[in-house]
Formats: sequence, structure tokens, C-alpha cells
Amino acid sequence: MPKVNVIVVGNGMVGHHYVEQLTASAVDAHITVIGGETRPAYDRVHLSEYFAGRAPEDLALTTREHYREIGVDAHFGDMVARIDRDNKKVITENGQEYCYDKLVLATGSYPFVPPVKGNDLPPCVVYRTIDDLGMIQVQANNGKVGVVVGGGLLGLEAANAVQNLGLETHVVEFAPGLMGVQLDAGGSGMLRRKIEALGVKVHTSKATQVIEENSDGEGRVVMRFADGGSLATDMIVFSAGIRPYDQLARDCGLTVGDRGGIEIDYHCKTSDSDIFAIGECALFGGRIYGLVAPGYRMAEAAVSQLGSDKVSFQGADMSTKLKLLGVDVGSIGDAHGKAEGSIAYTFSDERVDVYKRLIVSADGKKLLGAVLVGDCSEYDTLLQYFLNGIDLPADPETLILPTNVGGAPALGAAALPMTATICSCHNVSKGDIVNAMDAGSCSLGEVKSATAASSGCGGCAALLKNIVDDEMAARGLEVNKAMCEHFNYTRQEMFHIIKVETIKSFDELLEKHGTGRGCDICKPTAGSILASLWNDYVLDDKHVGLQDTNDTFLANMQKNGTYSVVPRIAGGEITPDKLIVLGQVAKKYKLYTKITGGQRIDLFGARVQHLPAIWQELIEAGFETGHAYGKALRTVKSCVGSTWCRYGVQDSVAMALYVENRYKGLRSPHKLKSGVSGCTRECAEAQSKDFGIIATENGWNLYVGGNGGMKPRHAELFATDLDDETLIKYIDRFLMFYVRTADRLQRTSVWMGNLEGGLDYLKQVVIEDSLGICDDLESQMNAVVGSYQCEWKTTIENPEKLKRFRQFVNSEAEDRDIIFVEERGQPRPATEEERQQILATPA
Amino acid sequence: MTSTLKDQAVTICRHSDLIPNSGICADVTGQQVALFYLPNESPCVYAIGNWDPIGKANVLSRGIVGDIGGRLIVASPLYKQHFDLVTGECLDNSDISVPVYAVELVADHVLLKQ
Repeated sequence: MPKVNVIVVGNGMVGHHYVEQLTASAVDAHITVIGGETRPAYDRVHLSEYFAGRAPEDLALTTREHYREIGVDAHFGDMVARIDRDNKKVITENGQEYCYDKLVLATGSYPFVPPVKGNDLPPCVVYRTIDDLGMIQVQANNGKVGVVVGGGLLGLEAANAVQNLGLETHVVEFAPGLMGVQLDAGGSGMLRRKIEALGVKVHTSKATQVIEENSDGEGRVVMRFADGGSLATDMIVFSAGIRPYDQLARDCGLTVGDRGGIEIDYHCKTSDSDIFAIGECALFGGRIYGLVAPGYRMAEAAVSQLGSDKVSFQGADMSTKLKLLGVDVGSIGDAHGKAEGSIAYTFSDERVDVYKRLIVSADGKKLLGAVLVGDCSEYDTLLQYFLNGIDLPADPETLILPTNVGGAPALGAAALPMTATICSCHNVSKGDIVNAMDAGSCSLGEVKSATAASSGCGGCAALLKNIVDDEMAARGLEVNKAMCEHFNYTRQEMFHIIKVETIKSFDELLEKHGTGRGCDICKPTAGSILASLWNDYVLDDKHVGLQDTNDTFLANMQKNGTYSVVPRIAGGEITPDKLIVLGQVAKKYKLYTKITGGQRIDLFGARVQHLPAIWQELIEAGFETGHAYGKALRTVKSCVGSTWCRYGVQDSVAMALYVENRYKGLRSPHKLKSGVSGCTRECAEAQSKDFGIIATENGWNLYVGGNGGMKPRHAELFATDLDDETLIKYIDRFLMFYVRTADRLQRTSVWMGNLEGGLDYLKQVVIEDSLGICDDLESQMNAVVGSYQCEWKTTIENPEKLKRFRQFVNSEAEDRDIIFVEERGQPRPATEEERQQILATPA
Repeated sequence: MTSTLKDQAVTICRHSDLIPNSGICADVTGQQVALFYLPNESPCVYAIGNWDPIGKANVLSRGIVGDIGGRLIVASPLYKQHFDLVTGECLDNSDISVPVYAVELVADHVLLKQ
């Protein structure tokens, strides 16, 4: 199939989501984006944080560079002027023409400005784009008073922005109450009480008739209302609803609604089947969906029409939970109780300003709607009742009563149907979670990485945990924690046993706490713990049988039984002389060489009997082992930092060298990687590491729990602006806590996912020392650091150990089954076919 | 020196060449044989083919030894299948097996029947 040419008009949140979904799909498309704003898509939902100090780039959802990298042809700051449907092309205001096979209109909406005389005076602004925020900032300068026209969701967001600018803030609403769409009168009244307590002045039932320049007294303009009142102000922000940008569609004859909006069907197609409309410009079932989540679902439905697996957009639930001016507000379904015969339950507590209301069907069985103001803790449970039509308890009021008077506990996970949406950020249903567990995920952390559930806003974390626990129990998986048939313990328990009883060998451990003879599961685990705790030489007689072949031969076994050799190149820094030695050694022993992702050089194809000689030469040149074979600290990647780079603010190489040399050889439950970047440009990709360090003007930011690999994960910000000493202290504690408590082969990300309380708990343990173990963690780390030895150096100095590095105990012959062929000037293992051919050819 | 294998067996290495609870490899007229020394077992030496028929490389002598359900095994270092040290059978796939050899530790000599 030829590439399909897709043009996306508009690069707001929904337009951008469409691009992301399409590039991630199997559809072979060439995408052109035309965005009217000068900057690529950004997070409009959190716009008011701009005034709380978030820079425009922090709000960005993508960059021009990113679009370029994924092959999207993007043009910003140019608007589409018209659509030529006959010739299937669009023409921009700058005169550019682009042809399409499929056209996607994601033009969004614009703020409604009431038709009032004087609404075009300079202090009158709107609240919609980052550029609008610039205008608001200009108008706010030297002003004292700001008025927001509009008491709905967007108006209150704008009021938050105005208050953040330090202005006396007024909200003027035409209707009798705030958030009239989402709240009933009681809820609206409570919201008013709460935001007035925060210093916002609220004026409802006010119709503005004219805005005039103010010649005398305070304020640049004065608003005059129909009831005779007036209000002087320095700025007026209109945020009284949205209107779809549908002019392009009107001009080319597409069907639009009576009150605006481009009409679409279940497939998000307009009246022209090659043109889609998504987001706030689209009208579905007579309705404009002014929230981002339904827009995302439209984008996904529209993308699916280009592939084989088509999904439809069926409308969307408009229930919302949000914080407005710091007040929790939740609205579910039929908040006004419009359904015939519906029954309402109301709870109001004016001491703490909490209001809750349930709307229940006439038979009392189903939840139809709810309003929550001041406390949204029941929102998730109520939403599940509503979305899934779950039967209510006999006394529905218990759902909103305080628990001290007999309120009901949260809805049990087992009661939820498979279709129940658990994580709305990533659209993960209970069914998806159960499927992930069927496919082998059997811990909270694994389910999180398999489904992405709870990795967005995190609001569903508690519910997710309940479902995972419940499913585990349902499967009779009383989570068999036994590591293998020889030990009825988890790795963490084994660690504690070895530490508390000062056990020094596997035989002792087996005798006291295990059965049988051990196996390839428990032996390496015990070997790793013994190394973490006592740091003995891993090839010591009593430990040698515990090690995987990679640890035994201090190299990485490859598919044909040869090994690869990775000397440590701390921080990726290497002298020309050392580089030459690597080349010479590789040449001499006919090794394939490749640069690794961790800024080292991997030498492949070493026969077991050559390993000591190879290492002899490497050690003489000043190299030491890189522990690429061990579950241990691998590399600390770095950029050149402030020494060379024009942008660097700290010496990232020196820090990387220090960190790598400190933790090298630390045996851990899984491999560990790190990175140090010299500035926020993050060239060392530290945020993809188990622990990553990024320089700031004032020190270092520490990130933890990232990884690449099959399920990449970004590390999370752990602490900011640390000095060198504190940074190392926190890493010591973090690593040793991980070494002590993680399960076998559990990377830091999954380990953190499984910690009850997650990142916050980890911060308490490591930063606040909530368990009182930090001294112990640090001294254990110091002991490991102090007893470091290069295992290869120890090995080549010990003739007894070198005996092991022979192909045959009784001959000097080579393994004739290891055969190489040459490719691109280097050796590689022969394929099975090539090997058979070569073996069959007489010498 | 008394041995049940004495008449047909050859000494392939010495006791001191063996590594406790681990394996080494011997070249027996072109055949690669993996030798395992388990000092706490009786008998205490075991010999199977060194060729891993699943990973297709001569590596079994470099695996971890232990037991599964009481059967002495070595785990292939390539893909971790378990081979019975006594019968040569692959525990993870009963259609696959490796050759086993009669072996005995007599005084300082490791004797293998050819």
C-alpha cells in the first residue's frame, strides 16, 4: 500500500495526540501538521501554572525537533486559509499549498467574548493560549484589580491565574451560580463560600452592558451592569465559554451545527468522508466536548479509521474531578437530578465547608449523578458505580457520610466489571489489568509497567493495588514467595537471614535454612547477597559454584560459547593510548569490537582459554574489569559538562568518574546503570537510568528508578539542588536500601513500583531517615566501597584460579565447534548452516 | 588401586583438577566431556556430554549444578535448561538428552570409561 498523505490542521493537545497515535500505529502515513500558533502543542489544561512559575517549555508536549525526528512535516505560525475539496488540498495564509489523502481538522475553539460595547478596549483580554498569558501579564503590570468574566470551569481557572499575578480578583457571572453546568445550587453555593474565603470576590446574576474607559478614580476601565451596579478594574479577562473554530469547514461546505461545530459521525468523519474533525471543533450527537479526554478518544477513533482495527467514538462521559483555586470539585453524570423520579441525598458540613450530593434512580439501585465540593475522596468509587451501573448498597447515603458515622468503605475491586476504566489517563480497564496478569505480570510493579496504569496522574494507584491484590488472591496466588524448591524465602528474607546470622557461605545457608542441594535460581541469588554483604572474591572456592558462567569467567557468554570482554571506561572517558591498546588486543585475539550504549567498548569472540592473556594485557595498560558480566553497577554515562561545553553548569565527567569508581563492583539484585548530565539539556540521558544526576546552577538534581530496555521508564525526580556530599549520601542510601529489599532480578523501577507509598515513601526513608537505618545503610556501603577489588587482577595473580580458564583439562586443543566467518571486516559467529558447511569441507 | 572401571578406563585428569560443586571439560578422543565434582554426593563425580543440544555450543561444563526434585542437574549457561547428571535427560524437554559417561574417582585419578 502506498503511504497515505495526512494533513492535520491545528496543533493543540488533541491534534498532537492524533499525530502521536498515528505515528505509533501500523499505518504507513506521511504526516503534515499546520499549526496556527507559533509554538508546537503544549498543555493547555495546566496553563494557569504559567503564573505559578512554570516556563512555556515546561508546558510543551512536543518540540519541532521531535516532530522532525519522527518524520512529521510541521509548520507553525501559518493558518490554513481554505480547503479545496475538489483537488484535495489546503491553502495557507502564506500561500503554501499542501495536498492530502485524508484531512484532519483539529482546529479547537476560541474564547467566547460577550458582545458588549467596549469589549475591545486594551485592558480586555482572553485566556486561551500562551500568547494570551503574555497579554494578561502585560495588562496586570501596574494594575491592582482584575476581573474574570465567566464563573464556569474555565473562568475559575482564569481567576486562579489572575490571583497568582497578585491582583485583587473578581469573578463576574451572568448565571445565578458558579459552575452551573457541573454543580447543583447547593454545591455551587459551597464552592462560592470556599473561594470567597480565599479572597476572590464573586458577583453572580450580573449582565455586563458596557465597558467604558475610566477617567476618574481607581481602575483603567469600569464595567456597568444591567442592575445599575458597576465595577472599576485594571483588566478584564473573558473566559465565558468556548466556540468551535469551524469557519474553514463552513467555507468549504461541510455540515456544521446550528450553533457551530463541525458535525461528525461515530468514525469522527465529517460530511466529506476524507475529512475528519476531532476535539473542540467537532460536534458529535449535538454536543461539543470541551474536555481533553474525549478529544483524545476522538483522535484515537479517527486514527483507527486508517487501519484495519477500527474503533468508534461513542460520546464520552463528562464527569470531572479537579482542583479550582485549590478547592476540590467533582461532578459526575446527572449532577442536577434531571432524570424523572430521581432521588437526591445531600450531606453538607459548613464547619469544614464540605458538600456532597448523590442522585439515585427512582428504585434506589443505580447512581445517576453526584456533586462533591471541598472533599473528593469518594469520587473514584462513585465514578465506578456510575460508569459501570453497579448496584448501590441498600443505604446509598453511606457512600457520602463521614466514615465515623458509618460511611461505607471504598468499592471492592472484585465488584468492578471487566470494562471498568481504572486509569483514565491511559485508558486502562480492569480487563486490561487482568489480561496483563494472565500474561505473566504478577506484582503491582509489573502490572504498572505492562499496562502503563497509574503512570499518569497517579490518582488510581490505590484502586489499582486493590485490583492486583484481589486478582492475586482470586488466583490462589497467595503469592508463593518461595524463591525455588530449596528456599521458602524471598530474596529480601534471604538477605536478612544472611545478614543477621552473619552467614558466610552457601553451604551454611543451605544447612540452616534450606533443603536439597540448591539450583541455578537460589545459588546466584545467595552469591549476590554474600557479595553485597561481605564482598569476598567471587571466585573464592566456597563461592565459585554459586556464580553464573558470566561471573565465573568474568566475561559475558555469547551464543557460540565464546565470551565478550568489557573493560571499565569510567564515565566514557578514555585516553588515546588506552584506545590503541584496545585496538591492539582486539586485533591480536581476533575480536569483534563494538561501542556499547554505556560509552564503553565491547570485545566479542574471546575463547575461554584466551581470557587471562587478554586481561593480562588490558591490566598492564591500566584497565580494570567493567563488571559487564555481573548484576552490578555497569556504567555511569556522562556528557563533557562545563569543562568543554558552552552550556554545561557543572563538571559532569568528574562527577561520573567519582560515582562510577565509588559503586563499581557493587553486587545488586539486577544490573545498575547511571548517568550524569552537565546541564538540563541532558545529553547523558540520565533520566533513563536507575539513578541519574543532572547538574543545576546550584548543584545536582537526583532522579531514581529509570531504565531503558524492553519497558523503558523515565526516572523520577527525587531531590533537587544537592551539594556533592549530600548527593553521594542519598545515592549510598538509595542503592543499599534497594540491594537489601529488592527481589531477585527486580530493577529499581519495578522495586519502587512495589514499595507501598512509592516515591514518597522512598524519600522518607532516604532523606528523612524515617526508619532510622540510614547510618547502617551508609556504613554498609562504605564497607563495600572499601573492600573493592578488580576481580580480573585478583584472578590473573592466582595460578590456581587460572586453571579454570582452559577449554580442556587434559589437552591444549581448541574447541573446533567454534567457527567464525568474516563480515564487514570483522569476525562473527558462523550461522548453523555455515558451520555445518565448513565442518563438512575437508581441511 | 581398585576400580570397577579399571580394565576399560583411562585417567583423564587428577583429583586436584576438579572444582568442587562445579564443572570442567575434558577432551576424550575428540569428544568433549563435562565433568562435575560434587564432594558431598556419592558418587562424587559425574560426566555428561559438553555439547548443549539446545544452545548448540560446548558449554554444559560451565553451568550451575544443583538438584531439581532430588535429581542432580546442571543448568545450561545459555538458555538455562536443566540436564540430569545421571541419565543425561533434559528435564525441560524429555525428547532431548545428552550422552552420559561412566566416571569414577579412584585415589587421585579421575577414570573415564570410553
